[in-house]
Amino acid sequence: MGTLIQFPQRTENTHMASHPERPQAKQGGVEGAAVRKPGKRLTFWLKTGQALALAVAVCFTLGATDAGKRYIDMNHRLMCTCGCAEILGECNHVGCPNSTEELDLLRSGIDAGDSDKKIFTTFAGKYGATVLAAPPAEGFNLVAWIAPFAVFAAALLGTILLVRHWSIGKNEFATEPGDPEMDALRDRIRRETGEEGGY
Amino acid sequence: MATFGSFALLIALALAAYNLLAGALALRLLATGQPVAVSPERLADTARRAGIAGFVAISAAAFALIWSVFTNDFSIAYILEHSNRALPGAYKFSALWSGQEGSLLLWAWLLATYGFVLRLTHKTDVKLYAYAGSILAAIQVFFLLILNFAAPPFALFRGAIPADGNGLNPLLQYPEMVIHPPMLYLGYVGFAVPFCFGLGPLMMRYPGEKWIKITRTWTMVTWLFLTCGIFLGMHWAYAVLGWGGYWGWDPVENASFMPWLTGTAFLHSVMMQEKKGMMKSWNVWLVFSTFLLTMLGTLLTRAGLVSSVHAFAQSSIGTWFVIFMGLVLAVCIFTYIMQRDHLKAEHKIESLVSRESSFLFNNLVLLVACFVILWGTLFPVISEYVVGNKVTMGAPWYNRVAVPIGLFLLFLTGVGPLLPWRSTSLRAIRRNFILPVITLWVAVIVCFAAGVNPMKDNQFDTGNFYALIAFSLSAAVFAAIVSEFFRGARVISRQTHKDLFSSMYLLTRRNTRRYGGYLIHIGVVIVVIGLAGSAFNTSQESEMTLHDRLVIGPYTLEQVGATQDDNANYGSEWAILDVYKDGKKQFQMLPEKRVYHSTQQPQTMVAVHSLPWWDLYVIYEGTNPSTGQPIIKAIINPLVGWIWFGVAFIVFGTVIALVPSITPITAALRVPAVRTVPTEPVLHGGD
Repeated sequence: MGTLIQFPQRTENTHMASHPERPQAKQGGVEGAAVRKPGKRLTFWLKTGQALALAVAVCFTLGATDAGKRYIDMNHRLMCTCGCAEILGECNHVGCPNSTEELDLLRSGIDAGDSDKKIFTTFAGKYGATVLAAPPAEGFNLVAWIAPFAVFAAALLGTILLVRHWSIGKNEFATEPGDPEMDALRDRIRRETGEEGGY
Repeated sequence: MATFGSFALLIALALAAYNLLAGALALRLLATGQPVAVSPERLADTARRAGIAGFVAISAAAFALIWSVFTNDFSIAYILEHSNRALPGAYKFSALWSGQEGSLLLWAWLLATYGFVLRLTHKTDVKLYAYAGSILAAIQVFFLLILNFAAPPFALFRGAIPADGNGLNPLLQYPEMVIHPPMLYLGYVGFAVPFCFGLGPLMMRYPGEKWIKITRTWTMVTWLFLTCGIFLGMHWAYAVLGWGGYWGWDPVENASFMPWLTGTAFLHSVMMQEKKGMMKSWNVWLVFSTFLLTMLGTLLTRAGLVSSVHAFAQSSIGTWFVIFMGLVLAVCIFTYIMQRDHLKAEHKIESLVSRESSFLFNNLVLLVACFVILWGTLFPVISEYVVGNKVTMGAPWYNRVAVPIGLFLLFLTGVGPLLPWRSTSLRAIRRNFILPVITLWVAVIVCFAAGVNPMKDNQFDTGNFYALIAFSLSAAVFAAIVSEFFRGARVISRQTHKDLFSSMYLLTRRNTRRYGGYLIHIGVVIVVIGLAGSAFNTSQESEMTLHDRLVIGPYTLEQVGATQDDNANYGSEWAILDVYKDGKKQFQMLPEKRVYHSTQQPQTMVAVHSLPWWDLYVIYEGTNPSTGQPIIKAIINPLVGWIWFGVAFIVFGTVIALVPSITPITAALRVPAVRTVPTEPVLHGGD
């Protein structure tokens, strides 16, 4: 086993910043019939997207500086190489031939003030790329990081466009929004025809 | 017994082959209406009976293997490799699935059991069940071919038979391991049945939606088993492996999680088909994909394609699985292309903000999650193939990629049920969302007050950040679900003059599927809270001599002794630790380390003291070889108990959803038609 599912304590993840969740609260149906101002709306969403991207970027590029915390954090980003397939910081084999040496190497790198990248490069050079619990975001490995978010974004966008495409033509039959009497009538019809009951 | 078992497997293969061929021929004759000497109905019935007889034959083979384990028949190579004389009785059963051949036999046996139930209930719809039974027989033939020719469980040991066996993998010698693999297999194998009920009706252009209801019920049962299997595995990992966690994103774990995700997606989107006649193609492909993923999971872990710490059985049967999967995929694609006009949707989604859309997005996120896990599992292989460089896709990668997707899914869990079908109005959104949104912000404030702060010590903490989102979203989703319950119960309470609790009970009885689903969602929320607790884990490790103390959280652990024990199966060392809190002795913990005689493999037996807010988790790691002192590691795992409690909720909700709804006296309970401002949802009897 490796490590437990954990809400990660590490803060460096620039990939997240480049893939903020796409704004999606486009209202269709009854509300979709409202007079639309695409220019303003687009600007609003773009600004919101920018703000979100900036916030996420700031969050994910701030790093821990405390040496003890950094040590724990980094030993959870490396693997024990004895064959136990466990995260270095969680390897619990007494007399493990590799973990003590690896932890010493990590400690000395941190004490020397080396950057995360330098320490990881040293480890990869000494033990091979599989010592890193996650591949570095460079070269072909970048695909490993980008693909999930790219697929997510493409699927989300595709679905939104598809539903919008389907909903075109339906809106023209919708009544003006914000009419409480019509809303209530629609709700009542749905309830009485069993439309609202889910599952 | 080896001869008996082998013979039983051969007979089972012959029967399954007859079932497949006779069944297919009968259905062909029925479809073409050609006059033949034997009536197609009788031929189909003989095929069905062959399927039932096949179950008996495979049961006999499984019994032969179990008997051989219990009688220590080491002339059978499989028994020699996976059992020994000192192995306790309960774990002798575990030998059935501890190796490649045994686990394939278990697979075939469970498939035959499912087939047995299916064939006994054929009167529900004879033709539909005949199709499903024939497809099931085809799958059975595949497994029996492997069992007879590629991985025979009754192969004899060549040479002088040793006096004792090699013993069972120590990791399997734990009570949960007697239940966990069969549960997992019941889930895994069970997805073959929805697959048959998905492919069969498509082949025969089955009219109506009856097949989807049958498929849904089977999927729910299977999903329940798989859920139990996965969580039992998590609990086993937590209690036995001794690393403080319960999920390591290991390929074997991932292999079980992927079909669970697609199965969950199907259980949601199937409602769209039943209620709206939508997403028919989507549903069919979800069923196909789920089955193929169970096969892929087996291929990944059995063929040695990816390395896993608990792939207990590996061999070269990968080629068989690749060919079989290729065949299945080809049949699925061919059938779909030929019959796709039969799957035309009756309606289309009308609005982005509607119940239909929420189902669509929910499916999307579940499938993206499945893709992410598949991608993470296969990327080391892809990387090695493309650039010749193998990489590790460990927990840090999954946590960064999967956690945000999981949180988005949690968000949809809360939003979906609050949206009405077709489209919604701003007023309805305001009315339905006000309570969850208020709860969300209250939860944020409470979390901050409790110290869940992403900007602790002027440093951004991703764990705290995700935990804050998880806790707040969970509170909002919980509020959304509870408000749905209350709204419905209030209506019943007004009309029947019963108290709110009785009304809730009645409400659930009247629409078990809907409210059972809500209970499952509550369970998921509880599980998420438990998972989020891992952001606050703390641990201490120390060499401890007599009366040494180790402080962790509010506890002080004092080593008051150590002891040893030995039995025929293993030798063990125990550390005896008194646990103090606020200066007072609270309880004693006995973490243990075992070394099994037959395999000389060590195993950790963790001592856990569970409280609702955290687990005190103590591992006896053994003695330091250089100093001879025992090494103790203590971990405080916050909220872990919530995970197991949440699972119980999920199981309870699923059972409720499986119970048929009672039919209300609808006319008397309908909301009066004269009302124009609705405040309560409609009442439904049944689905």
